[in-house]
Amino acid sequence: MALLDVCGGSRGQRPAWALSAAGSEHGSDLGHYSFSMRAPELALPRGMQPTEFFHALGGDEERNVQIEMAHGTTTLAFKFQHGVIVAVDSRASAGNYIDCQYWERLLAKECRLYYLRNGERISVSAASKLLSNMMCQYRGMGLSMGSMICGWDKKGPGLYYVDENGTRLSGNMFSTGSGNTYAYGVMDSGYRPDLTPEEAYDLGRRAIVHATHRDSYSGGVVNMYHMKEDGWVKVECTDVSDLLHQYREANQ
Amino acid sequence: MASRYDRAITVFSPDGHLFQVEYAQEAVKKGSTAVGIRGTNIVVLGVEKKSVAKLQDERTVRKICALDDHVCMAFAVFTIFIGLTADARVVINRARVQCQSHKLTVEDPVTVEYITRFIATLKQKYTQSNGRRPFGISALIVGFDDDGIPRLYQTDPSGTYHAWKANAIGRSAKTVREFLEKNYTEDAIADDNEAIKLAIRALLEVVQSGGRNIELAIIKRNQPLKMFSAKEIELQVTEIEKEKEEAEKKKSKKSA
Repeated sequence: MALLDVCGGSRGQRPAWALSAAGSEHGSDLGHYSFSMRAPELALPRGMQPTEFFHALGGDEERNVQIEMAHGTTTLAFKFQHGVIVAVDSRASAGNYIDCQYWERLLAKECRLYYLRNGERISVSAASKLLSNMMCQYRGMGLSMGSMICGWDKKGPGLYYVDENGTRLSGNMFSTGSGNTYAYGVMDSGYRPDLTPEEAYDLGRRAIVHATHRDSYSGGVVNMYHMKEDGWVKVECTDVSDLLHQYREANQ
Repeated sequence: MASRYDRAITVFSPDGHLFQVEYAQEAVKKGSTAVGIRGTNIVVLGVEKKSVAKLQDERTVRKICALDDHVCMAFAVFTIFIGLTADARVVINRARVQCQSHKLTVEDPVTVEYITRFIATLKQKYTQSNGRRPFGISALIVGFDDDGIPRLYQTDPSGTYHAWKANAIGRSAKTVREFLEKNYTEDAIADDNEAIKLAIRALLEVVQSGGRNIELAIIKRNQPLKMFSAKEIELQVTEIEKEKEEAEKKKSKKSA
């Protein structure tokens, strides 16, 4: 990190294992396994607003890996028999946050390089591992990021949660952001692994709507994506308040 | 002319040779013969065992080494000059570390192609560095990938690698390769036992005093590496000799 070098801060605190993800003592010499651990090309910008949901690494049809990152919003993702549903709201909130777009693009670059070198797409677990290793490297430096990585690879649908501490969890359902507790409540009530796509869309929609209603930092529209075996599709972009009225009327 | 361009590895000759790399390939040709055969469900590795000195402990002379649970490598060893068994040791160690590192980061075992590419890239680096000489080893790398397909790759000191159906390296590699080209058929490798016999027959072409000087290992799909004991090799050799006799009897009957 340029700033750190200039200020003369020592990097001693970083645990050795976080840097040795490259494996051999010669590190990134062979251009094989560096995964950009040691030489990030940009200084980290601070104070930028968190960006909306990001998607489509690699830009091709099949088996993408998607990441979403957010803080003062609500995001959720869950796995079911037909793939992975990802739903987010669109409210951005101000604050001192690292620009997540940098990490998304760095990870996208590494995934693309993996594909070019190895002739097959990176797996979801590997992509999430890369991101989590990057987070480990900057542990304790004030990064703030919660992300979910979803995709469909050889092992089927994959969903991982990665945060700024380097925590990396595989699971069937995750929600991040300030409204996550509300979203969990709704999802837990309605989740089954054998949902139909329509039911799954409805579940995701409801979870976001109710979360945005109760959480003051969330709102706007529901952006929903469905990761299928052959790629992702954008399901919808619906206004939250419209949906809320619909649900209210249905109940009366 | 060669002497002017062969001092340093990093110097090309006017007609495009890297002499040090070619000399390294000569070093490989002095090593024991090794053969690798890719069957339909099995990969076979055979190596000529040099006769061991009386006082030497035979078990410490192992040429077939495991890189990971399911990838295995045999190299041709230059035994006269000290240093080239050592080269192999260094490369194997790096490859083993890389296999584990890959497992850690990607949460999947390496593919045979990946680790071959790693080893080949490592060797190539040493042909382009100042003050270092190339590794004087060629390697035969075999294994099964996750998709269950058997693979055989060969690398050489220049850092190139290719996939092969069957190949030989080391002394008399040419003779063995010619034998394989004649005798490697789809039928020959369809049956596991036939593939094993093919490997032994190929080695017997060039090895003195028969089965005692052969080291053999096989990997079948989803099974760990199996080293053949001397007895098992003897059994195979006896069978092969029987088959030879019967084939010759038939021939002589026909001609008679």
